[in-house]
Amino acid sequence: MAAVDDLQFEEFGDGATLLAANPDATTINIEDPSVSFGHQPRPPGSVGREEDEELLGNNDSDETELLAGQKRSSPFWTFEYYQTFFDVDTYQVFDRIKGSLLPVPGKNFVRLYIRSNPDLYGPFWICATLVFAIAISGNLSNFLIHLGEKTYHYVPEFQKVSIAATVIYAYAWLVPLALWGFLLWRNSKVMSMVSYSFLEIVCVYGYSLFIYIPTAVLWIIPQRVVRWVLVMIALGVSGSVLVMTFWPAVREDNRRVALATIVTIVLLHVLLSVGCLAYFFDAPEMDHLPAAITTPNQTVTAAKSS
Amino acid sequence: AEAEDSPGEQEAAASKPLFAGLSDVSISQDIPIEGEITIPSRARAQEHDSSTLNESIRRTIMRDLKAVGRKFMHVLYPRKSNALLRDWDLWGPLILCVTLALMLQKSSIDGKNDGGGPEFAEVFVIIWFGAVTITLNSKLLGGNISFFQSLCVLGYCILPLNIAMLICRLLLLAGQGPINFMIRLFVVLLMFAWSVVASTAFLADSQPPNRKALAVYPVFLFYFVISWMILTFTP
Repeated sequence: MAAVDDLQFEEFGDGATLLAANPDATTINIEDPSVSFGHQPRPPGSVGREEDEELLGNNDSDETELLAGQKRSSPFWTFEYYQTFFDVDTYQVFDRIKGSLLPVPGKNFVRLYIRSNPDLYGPFWICATLVFAIAISGNLSNFLIHLGEKTYHYVPEFQKVSIAATVIYAYAWLVPLALWGFLLWRNSKVMSMVSYSFLEIVCVYGYSLFIYIPTAVLWIIPQRVVRWVLVMIALGVSGSVLVMTFWPAVREDNRRVALATIVTIVLLHVLLSVGCLAYFFDAPEMDHLPAAITTPNQTVTAAKSS
Repeated sequence: AEAEDSPGEQEAAASKPLFAGLSDVSISQDIPIEGEITIPSRARAQEHDSSTLNESIRRTIMRDLKAVGRKFMHVLYPRKSNALLRDWDLWGPLILCVTLALMLQKSSIDGKNDGGGPEFAEVFVIIWFGAVTITLNSKLLGGNISFFQSLCVLGYCILPLNIAMLICRLLLLAGQGPINFMIRLFVVLLMFAWSVVASTAFLADSQPPNRKALAVYPVFLFYFVISWMILTFTP
């Protein structure tokens, strides 16, 4: 009897320590996802993460049911239907922005932050801010480059606003539309575990553009090296958000198709950021360098020909 | 016979509560409320009509102008009052928008379009489209403010920026230079802050407390863009 008592006591103690260890891990994970990244190698941490994921999954399904009920109750021509897309609080928007700035490796942005409550507030106003940030800082950098020159007369380039608006809104809405159609078509052929709604894809794309706002402001600095480093950082962060979100959706598919999809997503993203940098921001050395390079070449060719 | 009667009785029993309810309603409406409700409102409407019909045109216009002027004062000295919200009008916003767009026009009229600055239509579209977007945004976030009230407030709160534009044009007459630019920057920043503070004083209360920042941010962006257009204006 004494031995049995001992055993029971020991088991009880183990359970208590486990309990004591686990809630700690889960609370860290729930409150701050960026902190949990540091705890990844530890086994207790990983256990906590799995539990966390289960928790998130449960919340997920609950919220889907609730939201689905809400959306069913109001048809699309009523104002209330559109209010469900703007049903976010300030802290949620900040959390999503933070999540897009600090992507956690191996974590899905949609499952972690959006959780079947995709909003259009973030994508719309992030795009609007980005349009004006690019247009205004493009103007400013143009002004700063030519600051010393006497002959230069500053002219505000207002058409940059309309061009930036067209490019960015087209990217943030048409690319998700195409991607959604493509994923829908692939899902009908290959069963996939993860499937996203159109709004979720728009939401991911919108929030992934946020990092370009500070980048565009910093692009004012007329240094080519600084600009390219900034582009690389922004590309790395937002590209990794996109890749980690869409990789689970195409993972079960044919290897070649999956890779092609991801590469296309990344290529379009690179095209947008590099295109914006090249078009809206005059390269600082562009005006002087070609003249300096071409003249020696011409003299060399002239010398050779003669 | 009893078997035939019983369905009829059941029907009567089923219809009885309906009748009872109806009779109750009709009894409670026996008191003559009708006359008391309609007579004063009709009388007031007649009085109102006759007053606007009989008064001179000058007085009508002056009354509207006074209302617009009073709202201008509300914007310049924003305090917690909802006079700007209660009786909205779009005359003030229209006047301010047209004035701003005209002042942002280049003085060169020789057909030489050197690109650059915003055209009249672009300013007009940015102000109205921006105001409508912000209003829709605040309505979608769940604010309890009517569409035109919000448009009215956003339009009237351009007034400080109009003043900044006027000062900038006067300063630009003196010629351009770094000191001149610094003064213009200061004026525009001050008036921008004024616009934002004034509009949020009127609009922020209509939002639920956990969404105030979300509703105020677009307003900030709106006035920021207009201030940028004013600051970069060169004749």
